[in-house]
Amino acid sequence: MIAAQDRKLALWNIGVAYIAFLIGTLCGLLQVFIRNDALQLPSWLDYYQILTAHGVLLALIYTAFFIFAFFITGMSKSIGSFGPKVRLFSWIGFAVTTAGTVLATIMIVSGEASVLYTFYAPLKASGWYYVALALYVVGTWITSFALVGHYIVWKKKNKGQLSPLFAFMTITTIALWIIAGLGVVATVLFQYIPWAFGMVDTINVELSRSLFWYFGHPLVYFWLLPAYMAWYVVVPKLLGAKVFSDSLARLSFVLFILFSIPVGFHHQLTEPGISNFWKFLQVCLTFMVIIPSLMTAFSMFATFEIAGRKKGGKGLFGWFTKLPWKDVRFTSIFIAMAFFIPGGAGGIINASFQLNEVVHNTLWIVGHFHITVGTPVAMTFMGLTFWMIPYLTGRKFTKSMQKLGFIQVITWAIGMLLMSTSQHILGLLGAPRRTAYSGYNNHPSALEWFDGILTNHVTMAIGGSILFLSAMILIYIVVMSMFISPKAVREEDFVEFPMAESDKENTPKWLENWWIWIGIAFVLIIIAYAIPLSGMIHHAPPGSEGFRTW
Amino acid sequence: MHFHKYEKIWLTFGMASLVLFLSIVGVSAFSQDHTPAGGMTTIDPKKVNETAPFDKPGVTQLDDDTYQVAIVALAFGYTAPELKVPAGKEIIFKLTSTDVVHSFTIDNTKVNMMVVPGRITTKSYTFDKPGKYLILCNEYCGAGHHMMFTEIEVY
Amino acid sequence: MSQKKQSTEVNLKGTLVSVFIIGIIIIAMWFAVYGMYVAR
Ligand code: HEM
Ligand SMILES: [Cu+2]
Ligand SMILES: [Cu+2]
Repeated sequence: MIAAQDRKLALWNIGVAYIAFLIGTLCGLLQVFIRNDALQLPSWLDYYQILTAHGVLLALIYTAFFIFAFFITGMSKSIGSFGPKVRLFSWIGFAVTTAGTVLATIMIVSGEASVLYTFYAPLKASGWYYVALALYVVGTWITSFALVGHYIVWKKKNKGQLSPLFAFMTITTIALWIIAGLGVVATVLFQYIPWAFGMVDTINVELSRSLFWYFGHPLVYFWLLPAYMAWYVVVPKLLGAKVFSDSLARLSFVLFILFSIPVGFHHQLTEPGISNFWKFLQVCLTFMVIIPSLMTAFSMFATFEIAGRKKGGKGLFGWFTKLPWKDVRFTSIFIAMAFFIPGGAGGIINASFQLNEVVHNTLWIVGHFHITVGTPVAMTFMGLTFWMIPYLTGRKFTKSMQKLGFIQVITWAIGMLLMSTSQHILGLLGAPRRTAYSGYNNHPSALEWFDGILTNHVTMAIGGSILFLSAMILIYIVVMSMFISPKAVREEDFVEFPMAESDKENTPKWLENWWIWIGIAFVLIIIAYAIPLSGMIHHAPPGSEGFRTW
Repeated sequence: MHFHKYEKIWLTFGMASLVLFLSIVGVSAFSQDHTPAGGMTTIDPKKVNETAPFDKPGVTQLDDDTYQVAIVALAFGYTAPELKVPAGKEIIFKLTSTDVVHSFTIDNTKVNMMVVPGRITTKSYTFDKPGKYLILCNEYCGAGHHMMFTEIEVY
Repeated sequence: MSQKKQSTEVNLKGTLVSVFIIGIIIIAMWFAVYGMYVAR
């Protein structure tokens, strides 16, 4: 077990994550019913307030707190207990991020910030909402730097050695997160806050959008990479195998630093202010970032096949039946991976330049991120939660909890399959996202959208309800393993952190030369962004005053 | 660093597919003019109503085969008198906003344009089939976002 | 060295087929939406 103080730190992070998850999924349930016109909200509450809360609490808060809990646990396990400074700064980071979260939630609940988690100007929320967002990012940076500090201490003690795979991947993800955050911090500090507090009258809208998406795309990789870490490092251990290839795992992570940032324009393909040349250049860079995911797909199947064959699996697919299906820690992550196949394929479509016109801002997009972050990432986190909380609390992961775990992941998978399939199809038919009620005065086209077997309101409602049920089972499991499950006493009752061995003998040293990777990343960012952004600044139209249209 | 032979096959296949996708969209976009909505023209968002073509929003015929449709988006609707355009002719849509970001999206077509204050978005489209098409806003713009829609008639 | 040999020789036929199934799903979905784009 890792040091008690590190465990406490991780547990607090998980605690906040699941409070956000609880409120966020409740919002999700409400959304499904409001969209169908099956639920009337009281006058003090509005659909877009709920939707803002859902996006912020699940996509920003749940993910980040869980990710840091995972990092803290894994870093302490792989490179040793935190020193006093690392610990102190991790707590400060936690406190600042939490303060941002609480402030943002207050602003949303009080109706001062119904601007959604993308907060596009010139919708103008209360200035405190933007302060909250800045606190959130800066808080995560503080924790990030604490972890980097911990890594540097290890590096100094182990000169010339490659770090353990888990630590390497943590630092990669953090590097990406810090570079990405620069964009959103810049726009929030220098554009939104002065404007929202009335220090300046107008805002450069297109610049703010571009800086947001400079952050917004790597944000999705900040969610995905920790899930990939579990796939690369935790899954092989559950199979009784080693990491398929240490060097390829590191290479794929390094490619994410390079290519996940200079690609934000793929979220702005149908808007003015960016010329087709720059849009297409970033489309090409976006396609580069698919390659490490192709590598990951191969590594995963290879790990499965090698492990399955060792256990006697014969023939082309015999190994498949030898996988540990009865182990919920594995099955959950396997389902997560399966969802990522259509999820990733959908992402390629979204990024395909003019094809984006078919899907942009339709319900397809909502379907898409529920089968990328909403299931592959979230369900991987669920699979980690099952053992990580007992590992941290020293409680048992009892048989009944394991059974519940199965029910939880299977219900989530069914609910998500219903909801996201329906959303994908509806989106292709043209139904828009982010709409409270979706009938358009019973316009014939709108009626047609909701006429299919999979696209009618009932399918969505059933899917959403099953999902919410699943979320509540998860909350129950979390509470049990945090506070109630019996303490482990016997050696074999203790839950382990499954961390697979990874052979580093053949891994080239240059893979861990951060200056190379961060250097190239900045060169690519400058190539992709310097000219279009400076154009937005130098040839800006008169700025926009703020509007409060809710 | 060592790649398994099959991994090389897979990555080659994968990258070739990506190059194929990019070539298809790239060629279609740049040689057949199928680029997504966009444009680099700016406008003062406070002077939209005095600036051409938005001082006279609506349909104008430019020549025998081209029509221009100028529309202002604002919370929560479009200033467009009667929207009637012929099928089989090139229609150039020009959009801007006087307040927040909106979209101008025509159901069942390639017209899906973001409308940003201070900017003019342009998209050219030719309708094949006559009929009434639903136009809606698919970018969140406030409490009435889901009520922001209109119609265009193609004759 | 002998280890390296081993890893080239591991039987990954199932993996190859599996990733190609993924590849085909990607291509099929892409062309389906491309078809819709062209048809609109
Ligand atoms: C109980 C489970 C869930 C349900 C029922 C649910 C339902 C929904 C629905 C119906 C929408 C679309 C609303 C609209 O466009 O009008 C939505 C949006 C969204 N969901 Fe979920 N969801 C769930 C879980 C999750 C999870 C786990 C995540 C991420 C970790 C997530 C992230 C998002 C995001 C980022 C949006 C977009 C918000 C926006 O447009 O600003 N959801 N959800
Ligand atoms: Cu993206
Ligand atoms: Cu709108």
